[in-house]
Amino acid sequence: MIFKLAYKNIMGAGFRTWLNIFILSLSYFVIIALQGFFMGWQDDASREMKNWDFAGGQYWQEAYDPYDPYTLEDSHATIPEDLQKLLDNGEAISILLSPATIYPERRMRNIVLKGIDPDQDLIELPTKYLADPDGETNCIIGSGFADNLNIKEGDFIVLRWRDKNGTYDARDIKVAHVFSTTVITVESNQVWISLPVLQEMLGLPNEATIITIKDEMYNKEFSGWQYKNLDFLLIDLTNMIKAKTIGSSIMYILMLFLAMIAIFDTQILSIFRRRKEMGTMMAMGMTRPKIIQLFTLEGVLHAVLAILMGAVYGIPLLRYFEKVGMQIGMDAKEWGLSGLDDALYPVYGWKLVVGTIVLVLITVTIVSFLPTRKIAKLKPTDALRGKMTK
Amino acid sequence: MELIKIEKMTKHYPIGGGKFTALRDIDLEFKKGEFTGIVGPSGSGKTTLLNIIGSLDTQSEGDVEVMGNSIRKLSSTKAAKLRSQHIGFIFQTYNLLPVYTVFENVEFPLILLGMPAEKRKKAVLDALEWVGLSDKVKSRPAQLSGGECQRVAIARAIVKKPDLVLADEPTANLDAENSHHILKTMEKINKELGTTFIFSTHDAKVIKYLKRKISLLDGKVDKDEIVNGG
Repeated sequence: MIFKLAYKNIMGAGFRTWLNIFILSLSYFVIIALQGFFMGWQDDASREMKNWDFAGGQYWQEAYDPYDPYTLEDSHATIPEDLQKLLDNGEAISILLSPATIYPERRMRNIVLKGIDPDQDLIELPTKYLADPDGETNCIIGSGFADNLNIKEGDFIVLRWRDKNGTYDARDIKVAHVFSTTVITVESNQVWISLPVLQEMLGLPNEATIITIKDEMYNKEFSGWQYKNLDFLLIDLTNMIKAKTIGSSIMYILMLFLAMIAIFDTQILSIFRRRKEMGTMMAMGMTRPKIIQLFTLEGVLHAVLAILMGAVYGIPLLRYFEKVGMQIGMDAKEWGLSGLDDALYPVYGWKLVVGTIVLVLITVTIVSFLPTRKIAKLKPTDALRGKMTK
Repeated sequence: MELIKIEKMTKHYPIGGGKFTALRDIDLEFKKGEFTGIVGPSGSGKTTLLNIIGSLDTQSEGDVEVMGNSIRKLSSTKAAKLRSQHIGFIFQTYNLLPVYTVFENVEFPLILLGMPAEKRKKAVLDALEWVGLSDKVKSRPAQLSGGECQRVAIARAIVKKPDLVLADEPTANLDAENSHHILKTMEKINKELGTTFIFSTHDAKVIKYLKRKISLLDGKVDKDEIVNGG
């Protein structure tokens, strides 16, 4: 009975009802779309970083600290036997790091020189270009860094480094390939060369700084090496997305607030405009709890109808965004956002959709109930006169 | 047996720091099938008396029993039940629910009673026939004249065949022709269905239809007389 009456009441209110329903549906849509974009970014960025850099996890030589360049010279050690087996089976790759300097166009630039096996296929880095059949030292660099240095494929740059004994040496290296990636951690101020070449240049045969492993299952401790799982390796990304999510949450709250204001306003307006109606209902024998139920249900019905309206225009729009993504309009790398491509592709999980619907429904129920509760205090005679009881 | 029994009833309203006495020492009895008017000037306490009889308000002192129910002792839910089952209201300003059609407005009290849809439909159509609005079932209140609205209100009040109909200034907003039509309708319902009607009015047109006239003056019963051969 109450449902039928509530439905009749909100349908009878005409334009006011449809305006509220539209605003509410817009809230559902914007909340789901925004959160979808952030989830999509997180998914994309995590996947890209795993594909290009971290694979299933990494062992770091214990002295290695990526945030302290002074540790680079000493952060290398002989590869443990068990890890060497993984390397031999292609289930891991070793990377050797060394500080170095390059001189593109006679300018000096400090870089991290990274040695990696040219035959590896564990990460997407195009290391095949590091093979040097002509006897030249080939290197690969990221396109962002190459643009920054004004370097292109085929260019030669002067590389200067210090070997294990502290002796400086230099040679010309050839930019064999400029690769494009969204993962800043493999391109920013980095020059990749062949691992055997770097080991020979530094005088550190069979040594490495990082062992990147294929699967997280190889979570075993080795003396002098620290295992870093993906949670740890992706923490910067996770934190960055969290920070961005806080920003988006403000938008989320604003949208929710806007929707709630619409409902709250409707309910308050209803109480003031319809108090005579309530008095009439009371006179006809409707109990106060039933009237509270009726008015609360009217608010909730707005939210339910908004789901249907939102589905009508929201599903095609969300699917469209999912397919074509949202063009960011500039190079995301300029923002310092790792894993973010030129277009952002949202991901809508059922948790997001159901969670948003439940959250909006609960909030709408509360904001519908609160002003309606005032009716419980309304004396029928005051209501009939159109008065509010204090 | 009395349908309504009022003994030494007084009603005060708080005003500022003091109180205003709207009704004082009222002693009245109403029997089933009466067609009674409570008359008096504005502010004499007519509406207050109807509201208390209709369990929309409670007295400050004294006893009021309606169909064996002590008004003061009724909880709001029990008062709502009493109104739902036994009392119909007619208001000066009709108080129709604006988003409902004529049919739905008349149907509303039956929905509250939990009557099945088929029975409801028959009862609503019967009530609308009584008031001569069978052709307006799908209209909304905004599409009706004042007289038609009041006839819908009457149909709504009688549709559940209540023991008592309380009408607060039912003709105050109507012209003479509509007023007579409305009063004739109510008189017919009173005679044929035996429904008790109690009006509040200061309209001379109403008074000539009454069988009993109770005059209130400054919150007190001034006269209680049988009129028009009642």
